Parts: sequence; structure tokens; C-alpha cells
Amino acid sequence: MSRLLRSSVIPYLFLIVPLILYLIWVIGPMFYTFYLSFTDWDGVSTPHFIGWRNYQKLFADRVFYISLTNNLKWVISFITVPVVAGLALAIVLNRAIPGEKFFKASFYAPMVLALVVCGLIWGWMYHPAGGLINNVLRLLGISRGPGWLSDRGLALWAIIAVAIWRQVGYIMVLYLAGLKSIDPQLIDASRVDGANSWQTFWHVLLPLLAPVTVIVVVISIIDSLRAFDLVSVMTRGGPAYASSVLANFMYIEAFNNYKMGYGATIAVILFLISLVFIFIYLWRILQTEMEY
Amino acid sequence: MTAYFKSPWRVLVYILLLMATLLWLIPIFSALFTSVRTFDDILRYGFWSRPHELTLRNFQTAWERGGLSRYLPNSFIITIPSLTLTLFLSSLSAYALARFRFPGNRLIFFTYVGGMMLPFQVLLLPVFRLTDRLGLYDTYWGLIAFHTAFQLGFCTFLLRNYMRTVPGEILEAARIDGCSELRIWWQIMMPLTLPAIAAVATLEFTWIFNDYLWAIVLLRSDALKPVTAGLATLQGQYIMDWAVIVAGALLATVPTVIVFLFLQRYFIEGLTLGTGK
Repeated sequence: MSRLLRSSVIPYLFLIVPLILYLIWVIGPMFYTFYLSFTDWDGVSTPHFIGWRNYQKLFADRVFYISLTNNLKWVISFITVPVVAGLALAIVLNRAIPGEKFFKASFYAPMVLALVVCGLIWGWMYHPAGGLINNVLRLLGISRGPGWLSDRGLALWAIIAVAIWRQVGYIMVLYLAGLKSIDPQLIDASRVDGANSWQTFWHVLLPLLAPVTVIVVVISIIDSLRAFDLVSVMTRGGPAYASSVLANFMYIEAFNNYKMGYGATIAVILFLISLVFIFIYLWRILQTEMEY
Repeated sequence: MTAYFKSPWRVLVYILLLMATLLWLIPIFSALFTSVRTFDDILRYGFWSRPHELTLRNFQTAWERGGLSRYLPNSFIITIPSLTLTLFLSSLSAYALARFRFPGNRLIFFTYVGGMMLPFQVLLLPVFRLTDRLGLYDTYWGLIAFHTAFQLGFCTFLLRNYMRTVPGEILEAARIDGCSELRIWWQIMMPLTLPAIAAVATLEFTWIFNDYLWAIVLLRSDALKPVTAGLATLQGQYIMDWAVIVAGALLATVPTVIVFLFLQRYFIEGLTLGTGK
């Protein structure tokens, strides 16, 4: 009896400290944000309950729609360009190829750099007068290149380009791991059956990589919704909100304008959008659990 | 070596790959090339001009007057305790979740996994308020506490999955010998989990070290800022001298680049472990 009791208490003893920390700093705050979104909290005084007023204001806020659209552009860029490029690289680098290490390390390298660092290095490349990009354009005969980060139409895309630069290596890693787990016999069999490279890729490899692709897409979407550092360092959402994303919009409202209740409302919307993808991810994990 | 180039198709692919790789390295080249020149030199003679003078002064300026000599140690003061604590605590919870059947096991596991996917913004304001209430706002410990707690999700997830692959007979044998669970965890499970811990540690080091958002939200004093937040300050200060900013950015990456160079295998392993299998 006492032994049975002991063994049923033991796992909780292992869990108690980390779990309490997690509840206090992560799970609790998650719910508390919902509460704050119904208040007029300014960061200093006691929050007052004001019902749906923040939400009404948010849905009438032009900047909210700009930021939401920008997040959407970010998501769409993120689930296409880096995914295709990462997959292509993974396929090419999956076999022994001269200089393999150098190639891989070159694409991994941006991943290790802090986003702030990437933002600064690229911010300099985008510099209208001294930056590398406009200097290259000058060599090509375009004497006045655009102000990449000060142009309303370009700023967001210029930032997304940096994010893509950093993301490709990550996607490549994930697909390389996926390719390693594929039985080479399946590929050989399709070749024996007379399939050409393209058919093998399209009808054998891609379906086999589908589980990886699901994870890759979900992670890419979550990463795009989290996007903050690059925008904060490169443009602060400018010019005139043209490159604003939800995370940045929220930060400015909360910490520059001291409208923390309003900021919480933006966070709640961001959370609700992410929730769909968090569930897809959890569902995938649950599936792999069942295979055990 | 030459076996690879058996068809013209492969040669073409190789050339494309080489071009893509060089394109990818351009930003790093741009930064290195800029950091050893004076900004005047670049503006006056153009980016492609042969440098009239090679200098390390930009690094010196960023380090001394730009404050990196203060920011960079701060990054370690924040990262090392966060990393140690989160690894220690997550290895405890991972062991419980991997090795015991009990009510709530799945639920707790999925709470950790779900939490690690959260957009940080959802936690920003409550955590800001919490640190304020606890008197931890604008201290190292507020930031350390948050990093420790938040990273538990990812670390527990990875370590738990790894610990499940350890053969049960080893643990059972120790149990029959009368070994306490605490000793089994520390003396048997932990050594067997070392490869996964190394992978997680490498990854977590770069993540915590590179964090920017939490540093600017939970810290105010310039004296406490880690290097990411410090670089943003430096950017405001030297907006007319990009050579210093870029030199500072390069200095800030030295620690993570060193970790990556020596532990690249673990870094990559950690990333792939994170996605299920």
C-alpha cells in the first residue's frame, strides 16, 4: 500500500516546481491578458472594467487593419518562398556533394544571428546613399535607387526579405531531417518503375514529406505572427504605419502610448489567430504520440 | 568527389547552388567590409571603392563609447542562469512525464507544448505587471525568471520525448536494487539524456542570448541591458555612423557564432528534435 501511494505521488514531486513556475509566468498571464483587454489599464493606475470598448475601438482602427494585412502578407511570403527554397536546398544537399559543409553552414549562419543584428546589418545594406544594394544598382546604371525602408510600398517587403533570408536555413534543416527518415528503397523503386526525377519528386517524395510540410507551415505561420524584432529595429512600423505588424502595433500602443488595456486587446486577437495553428500543431504531436 | 558531376544537369544545379550561397553570404560580407572602414570613406568614395584605410576603430568605439563592454557581459549574466535553471527544471518535469503513468500526464504535456507555441505578445503585459508587483521589474531576476519559465515548454517537450526512448529495463533494474527515484533521475536518466541536453542547451543559449523583446519590456536601466537591447540604443546614438553600428552588431554575434561553430551538430539536432520525431 505505502509503496503504491509513493509511486503515485512521485511524478507530482518531480513536476511541482517547474509546473508552478510555468503556471505563474506563462499560463496565468495568458488568461490575464483576456481580463486586461476589458480594462482601461494605463500601466500605473488600477485597471477599470470597461466592457467591450477596446474591441469596438480596435475594429474601427485603421492601423489595426493595416497591421493585420501586413501580417497576412508576411504569412503568405513565409509559407511560400522559404518553404520552396528550403525544400529545394534540402533535396540538393541531401546527397554527398562537394563542399556540402560550406553550403550548409552558409545557410545556417543567419539563424544564429540575433534578429536585431540581422535588422541592423540589412538596415545598412538598404541605406539609400551608402548601402550595398543601391551601390549595386548604381553599377547597373540606376543612379538613384529607392529608399528601401522609407518608401511606403517597399518597407514591409524589405523587412520580409530579411526574415526570409534568416528562415530558409531553418526550413532546410527540417526538410533534411525529413528526407533522412525516408527509406531510399522507395525512391529506387519508383525509378525502377520508370518514373523520371520530376515524377519521383511529385508523386513519391512530396507525399512522403507531407508530415514535415505540415509542421513547417504551422511553424512558419506562428513565426510570422510573432514578428516583432525586425520591424522594431528597422522601421518601427513606419513610414506612417506602412510596415506595422500586430506585434509592433501592440507594443507601441502599450509601451509608448500607455494604452495597456488596448494593447492587451490586440494581443488577444493575435492569440485567437494563432490558436488555430497551435491546435493543428498539437494535433500533429498527438498523432505521433499515438504511433508509440 | 567527381562522382557527383555525372550529368550536365548536376553541373547546372551545382552552379545555381553556388550562386545562391554567395548571394546568401552578401549581407555578412557587407557587414565585415563596412566594419573595418571609416564611414566617411564609404560615403565619399562609394561602397565599392578600395578602402583608403583599414581600421579597427569602429569596434573600439562600439565597445567603449557604444557601451558593448557593458551590454555583452549583461547578456551572459542573463543567459547563463536562465539556461541552467530551465534545463534543470525541465529535466525534472520531462522525467516525470516520460516515465510515469499518472492522471494528468497528457494534459500537462500538452500544456507545455501549447505554451511554447504562444505568440509572446499574449504574455507581454501580464508578465510586465507581474514583475512590477514582485519588485522584479528592471532587475536581472525578472528577466531570468521569465526566460526560465517560458523555455520550460520547449525543453520539457524535447527532453521528455528523448527520455521516452531510453530502454525501461535499465531503470527497472535500478529500481529493484532499491535505488530512489531521485537517484535514478540524476545518476541514470540524466547521463543517458546528455546528447539531448546538449542539443537543447545549444539552441536555448542562442535563443535567450538573442532575445530582444523581453529585454526591452522588463528592463529600463541602461546598465542592465543585454546586448540586443544595447544595440538598439547604439543605433539611436550613432545613426550618422553606420560603420560603428555594424561593428557593434558583429561584436554582439561573437558568442553565438562561437557556440555555433563548436556545437553546430547539436544546434541542428535540437532544431530537428523540436518538430516531432
